[in-house]
Amino acid sequence: MSTPPSGEPLLTVDDLQVSFATEEGVVHAVEGVSLSVGAGEIVAIVGESGSGKSVTAMTVMGLTRSPNAHFEGTAHYKGTELIGASEDQLRRVRGAEIAMIFQDPMTSLNPVMKIGDQIVEQIQEHEALPDQQARERAVELLEKVGIPRARERVTNYPFEFSGGMRQRVMIALALSCNPSVLIADEPTTALDVTIQAQILQRMRELRDETGAAIILVTHDLGVVADIADRIAVMYSGRIVEEGTLDEIFYDPQHPYTWGLLGSIARVDRPRPERLPAIPGMPPSLSDRPEGCHFRPRCPHEFSKCAEVPPLEARVEGSPAHRDRCWLTPDEKREKREVETGQIGLEHKPAAEPA
Amino acid sequence: MGRFIARRLVQMLFVLFAVSVLTFFIFNVIPNGDPAVRMAGKQPTEPQIEAIRKEWGFDDNIFVQYATTMKKVVTGDLISYFTQLPVGEEIKKGLPRTLSLAFGAAVLWMFVAICFGLYSAIKAGRFADRFLTIISLIGISMPVFWIGALMNHYLGFKLGWFPNGGYVEFTDDPLDWAYHLILPWTALAILFIGFYSRVLRSNVLDTINEDFVRTARAKGLGERQIMVKHVLRNSMIPIVTLWGLDFGAVVGGGAILTETVFDLQGVGQYAAEAVGQLDVPPVLATTMFAAFFIVLLNAIVDIVYAYLDPRIRLQ
Repeated sequence: MSTPPSGEPLLTVDDLQVSFATEEGVVHAVEGVSLSVGAGEIVAIVGESGSGKSVTAMTVMGLTRSPNAHFEGTAHYKGTELIGASEDQLRRVRGAEIAMIFQDPMTSLNPVMKIGDQIVEQIQEHEALPDQQARERAVELLEKVGIPRARERVTNYPFEFSGGMRQRVMIALALSCNPSVLIADEPTTALDVTIQAQILQRMRELRDETGAAIILVTHDLGVVADIADRIAVMYSGRIVEEGTLDEIFYDPQHPYTWGLLGSIARVDRPRPERLPAIPGMPPSLSDRPEGCHFRPRCPHEFSKCAEVPPLEARVEGSPAHRDRCWLTPDEKREKREVETGQIGLEHKPAAEPA
Repeated sequence: MGRFIARRLVQMLFVLFAVSVLTFFIFNVIPNGDPAVRMAGKQPTEPQIEAIRKEWGFDDNIFVQYATTMKKVVTGDLISYFTQLPVGEEIKKGLPRTLSLAFGAAVLWMFVAICFGLYSAIKAGRFADRFLTIISLIGISMPVFWIGALMNHYLGFKLGWFPNGGYVEFTDDPLDWAYHLILPWTALAILFIGFYSRVLRSNVLDTINEDFVRTARAKGLGERQIMVKHVLRNSMIPIVTLWGLDFGAVVGGGAILTETVFDLQGVGQYAAEAVGQLDVPPVLATTMFAAFFIVLLNAIVDIVYAYLDPRIRLQ
């Protein structure tokens, strides 16, 4: 399906904690996230708004630094520790080694600079390349991400491009110094569905060509199903489940993952009257429940849930498939087969038409 | 672009035409009585009044009167009947002084305001920011005739550090020219510095949170480059507009007080004296002169704006 991840991880995040001091008190955006990604691998971080997925991604790039932010834990990239790194150290990594694509292509490019100049600026920041060659590289990059008539369009301003085209420009920008790691923060959220598919396709091809590792941050499991090798599901600042694409999609362990999967409209299953939704709201970041954060919304809650479940492998024979739920794998398999419209993944066979 | 400029210039002519009609009515039609008598100066003789009436065509119908008046204004063919001096010559004499004052002050206030505004924004909420805010507010609150008079008295007269009024031609001695203008420049710029640095500070703070600034940071650019190329460039667009308009306004009359306090003998001071004596021809001419500069700078600002913000050009 995709190139297998090669041995050594490129980027390793270990027990990352991020909190912000706000007027309403301290907000713990990320509570102990560990993650690694190897060359040629696509790892997806999935979760709803406020789950800490974007903060995790941006913290790795040092983009959440502010006087009000507090960080713990480490992120190692090829021997450089990024969380405690100086701004100068980070600058050498940003753009050159780890590049980022943002959610909203309409506002992520400087409106008064030609797109060619914006790409050239990044190239020349990291490489001593004369103007002419840098410009030539910018044209090649734009061609590579599928911008027609790239040579003419390199002198256009962002407002002369559509949203999808701007996101391609953002990808060209991110790729301009051949980064080893590409962090894409909701790269397709602001785009319509056909453009989404094209952008994802392009990202996968680029991974195949360059062997870059990709961290894909998204709330859309549909996007993930197309492209990811591994998935980490985040809820309320913690990873609640992680595993390979197949493990997450075919044998999900955490009730929150069941909910996410159950709420996707699928063409290969009988369609329920209404798509099931997870009841309730995510907890406020400054006032989270003790123990398992999903507890108040979980229909399968029991006494043990007041204790924080560790993230560990619980399914026999799948050491990389880890989750934070106290139920045993057998209990989970039993509980997730429920009535249509309820939280869970599999519908009872009775619901299927003959 | 060419069409944009052409259309803008045509618009400018229309505005000037409207201003000239208004001016004509205000001076010649609305006040009661004989315009020739009002114009003729103190204790005119009957033949003088008759000559003026004839020259200005006050017996003709109103359209011909307008045409005659405007022809006189545009060709610089006006004479002040109080001083017996040609108005065009006087304005020509005052223009370099007024432009020197306005241009130097505009450069000064822009430069200082950028420094203050940027520094304030970077240090937002901290001591330096609050200090500069107070300084700006004090600057905005001080009237130019007061601070100008104080500077003139203490720095010029008492300490003797600066010349006490007067003006030296740039072509005669550029250094002495600047030396004579330092106090007027400063006095005129203080108000604008306070105002501009406040506006720039808030623009920078808005721009700093834009997504494209985060992109610039993610590209690995240095803080200085991010500030200058991405933040400042975008924050400056509204300020440059303001700058052009204020420059036009200062040339067209905003410098009257400064010129008078420092006795620079510019166009503003000339206008002020003419108004004081109810000397109609110079007032008429300086009003049109002011309108011309304000309208011209408006047009230039629009054109420059289109250059600064590429999104404008489509129109």
